[in-house]
Amino acid sequence: MAGGALIVGASLSGLRVAEQLRAAGYSGPVTMVGAEQHLPYNRPPLSKDVLLDDGADPLSKLTFSLRPSLNDVTWHLGVPAAAANLNRRTVTLTDGRELPYDVLAIATGLTPRRLPIPGADACRHVVRTIDDAVALKSALVPGAKVVVAGGGFIGCETAASASKRGCDVTIVEPLALPMVRAIGTDLAAAIKEYHQSHGIKFRLQTMINSMITAPADPSQLRAVGLSDGSEIAADLLIEAVGSVCNTNWLGGNGLDLSDGALTDTHMRVEGRPGVTAAGDVARFPNPRYGAMPRRIEHWAIPGQTAKRAAQSMFAHLNDAVPDGKIFDPIPTFWSDQFDIRLQSVGMPAIGDRTEILDGALENLGKQESGVAMGYFLNDALIGVISIGVPAAKLSGYRAMLG
Amino acid sequence: MKICVDLEKCKLHGQCIIAAPKLFGFKDDGSLRWIEQIDATQRQAADEAADVCPEQAIWIED
Repeated sequence: MAGGALIVGASLSGLRVAEQLRAAGYSGPVTMVGAEQHLPYNRPPLSKDVLLDDGADPLSKLTFSLRPSLNDVTWHLGVPAAAANLNRRTVTLTDGRELPYDVLAIATGLTPRRLPIPGADACRHVVRTIDDAVALKSALVPGAKVVVAGGGFIGCETAASASKRGCDVTIVEPLALPMVRAIGTDLAAAIKEYHQSHGIKFRLQTMINSMITAPADPSQLRAVGLSDGSEIAADLLIEAVGSVCNTNWLGGNGLDLSDGALTDTHMRVEGRPGVTAAGDVARFPNPRYGAMPRRIEHWAIPGQTAKRAAQSMFAHLNDAVPDGKIFDPIPTFWSDQFDIRLQSVGMPAIGDRTEILDGALENLGKQESGVAMGYFLNDALIGVISIGVPAAKLSGYRAMLG
Repeated sequence: MKICVDLEKCKLHGQCIIAAPKLFGFKDDGSLRWIEQIDATQRQAADEAADVCPEQAIWIED
């Protein structure tokens, strides 16, 4: 065994692959490669707690505890992978080191997409890493004029945090409502009103198309220009306009990298039984929702796909066939915005109609009962999003999805 | 061994209940209940519950 298991990506997915390899009984070498200098840490608080807490060393609260089974893992942190040769079974790091492997996990995740507009570099932020969040927090001073590009979950969560810090916040979103593709028109409209009641302003169906900078210093932002011809005064810009998959290092190996790394139901990339993908970067089929493979950027997916990937890697090392059990995880996600939490189960985004299952949309976040919205596809319930519904009810909704 | 939950961190996502319904549940008042003392046969389920907790509020003491 020359290289053992190599896991490229040292965040939640990579960590879970390593744990699950050990749990499956693999005792050979495990090597982890991470682009960041930090051990795996939990990212959801980056857009919330980390921006709101003034405590020192936010990373210490977020770092995952490492199981004893990972004590002998070799870590290469702060050195991203630069290239892979899947025929020779090697990965080359940006410092030139070449790492051999017997089985490989692709867990390199995402990088925030940036607006393709130059200028104001010193005032533009994203939220993906702890370093991003710490830098953003220092800029969120009371009274700062903050423009958030993108009204998705990250944009809305970050906007709420900035507002809580006393900033003057405007969300710019090309679609008609925030988060509308994920949660549908009715709920999106109610949440938009909720944000407005907390002082967030919206500029919808328009896009940022220019950075208006200080004449003396083009790195300093003064305003953003919009496609409708207007301007919004801005001290800083938060770009929450989606992500791109970190798959460049895999180029030249004939893989389908059109949207992440395409895998089969065992999380193996095509034609490479010893190579798997897990987490945000993996595009895998879920028979629960048809044959089309999808990437799913929810927090629970790394754990689920990593376990499946580790089982495939362990089987490959032992010349065995991976577990034939159907892999059809029910996706779940949550989003905290001001004092409400959206909790989603199933696949609401692919529904063709909605219906309120419980409560009412009015006075979101204020009524006792909360609201639960059902999403239907061809008249079958396919997802539920709830806000303020007693926790005990949530498992009931999940059971309704079969 | 023992399942520990930091109730200051717990935000009642309920993921542990999905992962390990025999070990975790909700009380009638909506708060979390769980079996504290477990044996080795329950360890895997407990680990899975700890892994899926979005707040990382669950740990197992040997």
